[in-house]
Amino acid sequence: MKILWDLFFSCFKVGLFTFGGGAAMLPLLQAEFAERKKWVSEKDLLDYYAIGQCTPGIIAINTATFIGYNKGGILGAVIATLGMVMPSLIIILLIASILRGYMDNPYVIHAFAGIRIVVVALIANAVVGLWKNGIRNIFSGVIFILSLLLLVFADFSPVMIVLVALLTGYLYQIWQRRKL
Amino acid sequence: MIYVLLFWEFCKIGLMAIGGGMVTIPFLLELSDKYDWYSRDDLLNMIAISESTPGPIGVNMATYVGYVTGGLGGGIIATAGLVLPSVIIIIMVAKYLYSKDKSSLMQRLLLGVRPAVAALILYAGWELAQLSLINYLSIVIALIMLGLMQLLKWHPIVYICMAAVIGIVFEL
Repeated sequence: MKILWDLFFSCFKVGLFTFGGGAAMLPLLQAEFAERKKWVSEKDLLDYYAIGQCTPGIIAINTATFIGYNKGGILGAVIATLGMVMPSLIIILLIASILRGYMDNPYVIHAFAGIRIVVVALIANAVVGLWKNGIRNIFSGVIFILSLLLLVFADFSPVMIVLVALLTGYLYQIWQRRKL
Repeated sequence: MIYVLLFWEFCKIGLMAIGGGMVTIPFLLELSDKYDWYSRDDLLNMIAISESTPGPIGVNMATYVGYVTGGLGGGIIATAGLVLPSVIIIIMVAKYLYSKDKSSLMQRLLLGVRPAVAALILYAGWELAQLSLINYLSIVIALIMLGLMQLLKWHPIVYICMAAVIGIVFEL
C-alpha cells in the first residue's frame, strides 16, 4: 500500500514540475526515480525512456507506467499514470475555466494574437528538431517527402500516414536483411 | 454521447501519436475539422497554454480540448482516453516483450515513423500558420522567434510570454 502511495506522489511531483514534457522531463525522472527513490538504475531508466519514445502515447506517461508496473504490477502502472496526469488535469481545468471569463478582454485578445504567432514558430522549431533526429539517410528523406505529398495531394489522415510509415519501415527492414 | 466520442477520438490519438506531445497537433487539427468542438484559432491558444503550464504537453492538450468540448467531465474523459492505450501497451511490453534486442527492434521500426511524423507536424504548422501569419509584421515576428529558439534554446514559456507582450504592445 505504501509503495502505491509513494508511486502516486513521486509521479505527481514529476508531473507538477515539468514544463513542456519530452526531453525536459528526462532529468526530472532521473532525479526522482533513479537518484532519490532508487527504484531503477540510470541505465534502465534510459531504456524505459527510449521505449517510451517509440511506443504509442505520451513519452512521460509511458516511462512512468513502466516504472509503476515494475514496482507495483498493473495497479502500480495505473497509479503511476494517475499521479502523472493529475497535476495537468487540475491546473488546465483551473486555467481553462478562469480564461473562459476573460476571452473578450482586449488585452487578452491582443496577447493571444501575439501568442498564436509564436506557437507557429514553436511548431516550426519542433519540425527542425525532428528533421535533425529523424532524417538521416535517403530512406527517411523519401518517407518524409512521400508523407508530405500524401498529405497535400491525397488528403491522407494523420492515422493513415503513421500506418503507411510503419509498414514501409517494416518492409524496408526486411529488404535490408535480405540484401545482407 | 459526446463523452463516448471524446474518449474514442483521444484513444485513437493516444494510440497513433508516437514520439511526444507535439505529435498530437496534427491529430487535434484533424479533429477541429471533423467536429464542431473548437476552432483552429482555439487550437493555437490551447497549444500555447499547454506549453506554458506544468505537465506533459499531450496530456495538457487533451485535458484542455476535453474541457472546451464537454466541460469538467470532458477534460477527464479525454485525458483518460489519451493515456489508456499507453498504459495497456506499456504493461504488455513490460510483461512480455522487454529485452534488449526487442527494444532495438522497436527502435528500428521507428525508422519510418520519425520522418513521417516530421512531415505531419510540418503540414499542421503550415495550415495553422495561415491563421496567425497574416501580415508582414507577424511573419517577421515568427521568423525572429524561430531564430531565437534555434540560437538560445530557452524554454517555450519564455517565447510565449514575449509574444504576449508583443501582442499587447503592437495591438495585434
